[in-house]
Amino acid sequence: MNAELVVIGAGPAGLAAAAEAYREGVRDILLLERDALPGGILNQCIHNGFGLQIYKEELTGPEYAARAFDELRGTSVVFKPDTMVLSISPDRVISALNHTDGYFEITAGTIILAMGCRERTRGAIAIPGSRPAGVLTAGAAQRYVNIEGCMIGREIVVLGSGDIGLIMARRMTLEGAKVLACIELMPFSSGLQRNVVQCLQDYNIPLLLSHTITDIKGRERVESVTVSAVDENRRPIPGTETHYKCDTILLSVGLIPENELSKTAGISLDPRTGGPIVTQDTQTSAPGIFACGNVLQVHDLVDNVTLEARKAARAAASFLRAQGTPEPSFTIPVNPGEGVTYTVPQILTMPPSGKTIEIHFRVNRKFGGSEIILSNGQGNVLKRFPREQMTPGEIERIVFPSSLLPDPAPPSLVLTAQSLTPAKEVNPL
Amino acid sequence: MTYTTGNQPETTDIIIIGGGVIGASIAYSLCKYELTVILLEKQSDVALGATRANSGIVHAGYDPPPGSLMARLNVEGAAMMETVCKDLDVLYFKCGSLLVASGEKEDAVVRDLYARGIQNGVEGLEVLSGDEARQHEPALTAGITSALYAPSAGIVNPWELCIGLSEVFIRCGGKVMLNSEVTAIERSGDGFLVRTSSGSYLAKRVINAAGLYSDTVHRMVAEDDFSIIPSRGEYFLLDKNQGSAVNGVIFGCPTPDTKGVLIARTVHGNMIVGPSSESIADKDDTATTAAKLDEIRSRASQLMPSINFRDNIRNYSGIRANPSTKEFIIREVPSVPGFFEAAGIKSPGLAASIAIGRHMTGLLKASGLLLIQKQSVRDNPALLRRTIVRFSRMSPESKKALVASDSRYGRIVCRCETVTEGEVLDAIHSPIPARTIDAVKRRTAAGLGRCQGGFCGPRIASLLASELAILPTEILQDKPGSYIFTGPTKDIELTTSATQTKKVSI
Repeated sequence: MNAELVVIGAGPAGLAAAAEAYREGVRDILLLERDALPGGILNQCIHNGFGLQIYKEELTGPEYAARAFDELRGTSVVFKPDTMVLSISPDRVISALNHTDGYFEITAGTIILAMGCRERTRGAIAIPGSRPAGVLTAGAAQRYVNIEGCMIGREIVVLGSGDIGLIMARRMTLEGAKVLACIELMPFSSGLQRNVVQCLQDYNIPLLLSHTITDIKGRERVESVTVSAVDENRRPIPGTETHYKCDTILLSVGLIPENELSKTAGISLDPRTGGPIVTQDTQTSAPGIFACGNVLQVHDLVDNVTLEARKAARAAASFLRAQGTPEPSFTIPVNPGEGVTYTVPQILTMPPSGKTIEIHFRVNRKFGGSEIILSNGQGNVLKRFPREQMTPGEIERIVFPSSLLPDPAPPSLVLTAQSLTPAKEVNPL
Repeated sequence: MTYTTGNQPETTDIIIIGGGVIGASIAYSLCKYELTVILLEKQSDVALGATRANSGIVHAGYDPPPGSLMARLNVEGAAMMETVCKDLDVLYFKCGSLLVASGEKEDAVVRDLYARGIQNGVEGLEVLSGDEARQHEPALTAGITSALYAPSAGIVNPWELCIGLSEVFIRCGGKVMLNSEVTAIERSGDGFLVRTSSGSYLAKRVINAAGLYSDTVHRMVAEDDFSIIPSRGEYFLLDKNQGSAVNGVIFGCPTPDTKGVLIARTVHGNMIVGPSSESIADKDDTATTAAKLDEIRSRASQLMPSINFRDNIRNYSGIRANPSTKEFIIREVPSVPGFFEAAGIKSPGLAASIAIGRHMTGLLKASGLLLIQKQSVRDNPALLRRTIVRFSRMSPESKKALVASDSRYGRIVCRCETVTEGEVLDAIHSPIPARTIDAVKRRTAAGLGRCQGGFCGPRIASLLASELAILPTEILQDKPGSYIFTGPTKDIELTTSATQTKKVSI
């Protein structure tokens, strides 16, 4: 089997990438999805708040997925659900499996990776204690409750204030469960501010910042948890233990881009993002393989996923038109400096392919009035971008004209965040 | 499974108490003979005690004191492991082990253990320099000055071994009674009446392989002459990206106080780090503790500084059945003829397990038991073997052929370990049917991987519900009480099948 473009994953990223590639003139597109339905994780996100930017209205997750899928109607995109990709070779041969075609291989002209991310588990944060039923990730709980129609507990403690944790705190409350507290290790919530307000504050669910779970009790099913305050090094402070009687613990302790397939293709990954190292065109270290959405970087808003996917699709289409990407004369690494956790892209190819360059990044703490400084590797400032406030829960972006880069181009670029006025301590409660 | 209820005890030649790897190995060793054997297990599945949570190491045998039964059975058992695992289609790799030393004091321990190994009859032992050790395991710290290399050591999946042994036992006519906790053993004529929570049995011979509780079972019928001292060991299980940093098994050097931490690759390609060692009062308390996990982390990092514990996917602990006698207790109890036991099987018990089964069969024979090979086994030696579908390890050609012949193998249920729906259904309909999420995990590895069942959990729950025709609320994680769902969400009626089969086309 051959295809000009294979998109792996039909969540918001894959759906948008397939639609945009079609609009760009690619006709032979195969969209592979391991689930029975398109939409990915959106299908279980039955709350609203999606689509303000892309569709100019507030949609639920399934509605957003339906809109994205509708963009494929009438196109020649071939959608294969229930199909698992098992491996990708560096020369773009995909092996896949489903129960109708069996085991098959596809030689792809270009590939867009859109596999999304998975949740960090209890093991990732090594919570000690017993290992009863009733400890589950917020996303798994969301699927059980919203798709399978099964309640997963009655008295709940949420660990982690990522968006899924916040959303599930509200969801479980609406389903009649008692959410006793949301526990956050960091001194700030890692979720969107609006979710802290709408999911916790509105339901009087306490948010305990700088706290963590230090013990779980219950042999077969959770019976109680111990919560402790942590010091500035995130170590539990003895003597601060509080006990909560509960039957369920939901974990919202971070997301990891799902790059097991990328590894089979030998694609270089960035330990900071967990996603592929990409150029400004979202091309990975494997020529002709592009990445977008949560497999590239964990996003804050689905609208941004769609935008990133469209960018990847345009790059893939241009790769097909050009029969390959012209070898760049050289590349410049983009490095995160003080205050910045990561950047996407991590590499700029020169000469730049477009008129503007867009860099996404996250900051490592809360900032009030501040500026983002783009400098060359030798400490010379190229441009300053003022910001009123920044928070680690939201992706920041800068856009600048390619012409900003001096000629000859600098050996590297560094992005730093600098505070101008001290951050206002915004305690949401 | 069938339950024996009512008043009439079932009569059998031999009762084995305990469905861990030792009980299962004895059952396997006996299953080819013209005997009726019943294995009693108190839990809802086999392999739920020490067999479930240990290091999964087939020790070479240089550690036990020379001349001990432990030493002999360890070396014999390690040599038998490869063939048995092949026969039973159990994951086993003869990857060798390195016991590493740093500094003169530890170098001396390596030399002593080498000498002990030679006395124990361990083959292929070598003392390596620090550099040679790092050639075997490049991630070892530069501080390693010497190492004891044991090429006959290996890694095995302990619960799979136990399940494989039990399944062959059943195929050959043996009976496994689950949910059958022995409550009393009484003398009855020249045999025993064994009372359990699910019925009673009459048997000429009884074999106590009750693991952590073998002292309790012993005291039901014989005078108290040993006890089992539970000792808990905690572990880290890390993602496969860490597992690829180690080629086999690495032991830290034991000190007078501690046995030293181990770092090993597991049969699934993960990395295991542990165990701690701590005496505990409760034989079922498999919790982990911040203090012991910290201790393991720091000790392992001294041997291999590159381990990234952020890639941890699970912590667990297991309880060692340490005998007060410090030696395996494998015997016919002299004061109670017909009552046999394999008790206090601590490390290297897993390595010795197959030899223990054979040794026990020898003791039974010595007591006058007639061992005649079964006609069915003579006619069909394949009865003693088992194969299972392991999709992730098949070649592309075999995958293609399998899916073409049975489309259920064309649906991936567990994406981390690439387990298909067909394999999950196989497990649910296997000789000891998987009835819980964890029982499926033990048989298929679904849920064992990096997402820890986040993705496959709902799918397996739905397959269990539809295959067993039970409500989702009846599905258990593992033991009774480990319920997953508290009920339906509002306004939704739960049905026995929640699988989504709707297809979408453009």
